[in-house]
Amino acid sequence: MAILAHEDTRIIVQGITGREAVTFTKDMIDYGTRVVAGVTPGKGGQAVHEVPVFDTVHQAVREYSTEASVISVPPAMVKGAALEALSNGIKLLVIVAERVPQRDTVEVLEVARADGAVVIGPNSLGMINPHTVKIGMAGGPVENLKKAYMPGPVGIASRSGGMTTEVANLLTTHGIGQSTCISIGGDPVVGSNFLDLVPLFDKDPDTKAIVLFCEPGGVIEERLSDMVLSEEIRTPIVAFVAGRFVDTMPGVRFGHAATIVEGTRGTAAGKIERFQKAGIHVAEALNDIVSILETLL
Amino acid sequence: MRLLEYESKEILAKRDIPTPAGITASRPGLVSLPPPVLIKAQIPLGGRQKAGGVVEALDRKEAEYKLEKMLSSTIRGYRVNKVLVEERLDIEQEFYLGITYDTVAKEPIAIFSTEGGVDIEELAEKEPEKVQKRHFSVRTGLPEYKAREIISQSGITGRTLLGLSNIFSLLATTFLENDATIAEINPLAQTKDGRRVALDCHLEIDDDALYRNPGSAEKEKDPHRVEGGRITSDFEKKATEIDNLDQRGVAGRLIEFDGNLGLIIGGGGASLTAFDAIQRHGGHPANYCEIGGNPSVLKTKELTKLILSKPSVKKIAVIMNVVNNTRVDLMARGVIKGILEIGRNPSETLCVFRVPGAWEEEGFKILSRYGVDYCDRTVSIDQAAQKAVEKLITG
Repeated sequence: MAILAHEDTRIIVQGITGREAVTFTKDMIDYGTRVVAGVTPGKGGQAVHEVPVFDTVHQAVREYSTEASVISVPPAMVKGAALEALSNGIKLLVIVAERVPQRDTVEVLEVARADGAVVIGPNSLGMINPHTVKIGMAGGPVENLKKAYMPGPVGIASRSGGMTTEVANLLTTHGIGQSTCISIGGDPVVGSNFLDLVPLFDKDPDTKAIVLFCEPGGVIEERLSDMVLSEEIRTPIVAFVAGRFVDTMPGVRFGHAATIVEGTRGTAAGKIERFQKAGIHVAEALNDIVSILETLL
Repeated sequence: MRLLEYESKEILAKRDIPTPAGITASRPGLVSLPPPVLIKAQIPLGGRQKAGGVVEALDRKEAEYKLEKMLSSTIRGYRVNKVLVEERLDIEQEFYLGITYDTVAKEPIAIFSTEGGVDIEELAEKEPEKVQKRHFSVRTGLPEYKAREIISQSGITGRTLLGLSNIFSLLATTFLENDATIAEINPLAQTKDGRRVALDCHLEIDDDALYRNPGSAEKEKDPHRVEGGRITSDFEKKATEIDNLDQRGVAGRLIEFDGNLGLIIGGGGASLTAFDAIQRHGGHPANYCEIGGNPSVLKTKELTKLILSKPSVKKIAVIMNVVNNTRVDLMARGVIKGILEIGRNPSETLCVFRVPGAWEEEGFKILSRYGVDYCDRTVSIDQAAQKAVEKLITG
């Protein structure tokens, strides 16, 4: 089952004629994902890897029913593209574009909430249900994807795009498969953070454990601990918190825009402490994720 | 991007939010403002009052002396290049007004308190009843009626309620139209003569929205501008120059440390993971950095040379996550070229090369040609870090 998408999910790519989108569209098709159409205003009538390109989302969904859209357009156009997808009834948006102004993200999310749509990203590499569907660029080319991911009982959500594949690869190397792997995006405000995704994994009968890749900054991990403490979540969670050294350097931004310790807030140490109090398993080293999972599964 | 106090106040003034009369000075001289005045260092950090960054002067002579002294001082690590001289007002009461994004609710949030001049997050933790909060829509802003609803919860009535609500609503507009991520007036003063004035203001502008905020974008281009919590070293500046050599991928974001193991690590999350792992295994990194998005061979080569140019660095470790889009062969080529150009032996200089993923077979071929010990995807980031530290010790 996995979450959010399945093998029959039909997907459009907004900005399909862009350099990156041309590459990941091929990777998605090679992996067996149903990419039914692309949209680039002004380039209707063209084709990318035999996928027809339309000028508007409206034309694309009239021709092909669609459940999801990958948005890969320049940052200034993300808001327009996302609102266009939402107004045409698409209920799953994966925004891979980076450097989207926060105000635009928040506006898109306000509309998505009202429409009952799910947004992943922005600044996400996308999501993968191993051997069934890949939405976005996570995992790269198909030969790499097949080595790194395999189907199984563990859900992964990661604040880092690259570490989504790294964690999946670590599990696959040790014979542990994954249900759904999601790069949530590195921005301070993203459409679906751990608080949104953990309950979805919890309800999924195929997901027996959840692995979270966390970084310093923000309050999501702390709030998740509260959520787990109030016994809303039954599926065991294993968390790895990277960037412990960042605690000693408040005010410095590392990698993702959200990875910043402000004063004493958002530290790795603080998050680890809260996790432990809530009964979330904390992996000291990356490899410990495997040994902890082996006791849980 | 954090704006300085005087820059933030210029933006408030454009929206008719009252600020004290003031002038900025970059060099010592006459102070034309009538005393008493405040002399305020313009640095991109809070907490300057305690650090001596705000002083009072009761007459012109004192003002001129203190201005000169402030301009030659260093506050919280920053050389003071600019000073704001402001009228000192007679204050009856101080308030806190703030707007930011709530990353959990994913909406802007308006925050008010009758305790001005405090650290609001600390106050919210210790005495939550003194802090009023309310979300609002980015599409409609914070209308005055909503501002009144928030402020009146603190028991404020009459002209003060109306005046504060008007400013709160304008602050929300300022926040939205300037693509701010934080807009704080702390404190907002009610003066003894019945005015409401923004005594201090802190605006942060979204770096990703500078393209549509020409005023802030221009400030950001100023090469003398200082930003953030620490001052960049020459070593770090050179890394930024390397990253700007071309637009292909990222090979930079270097932060200097005082260890002996050079690191070429990436992407963002894996850099954090690898750095922690090196430290946990007893290693001492000479630097942090980030590689990603398939950087050019040129950038990787130059970054390798830069890190090896540090006298303390004898060996380097190259560790990345299983790469999705970066090509392993191009990474290998860049690193090897850099080592060779600086006249070192790749097999001795590289204590570990762990970059699996796209084009790995080609990359591994290059590495074996130079006798470099590489790791494939069955070796984790953590194991690679351990290996690097062990090799550094055994030589």
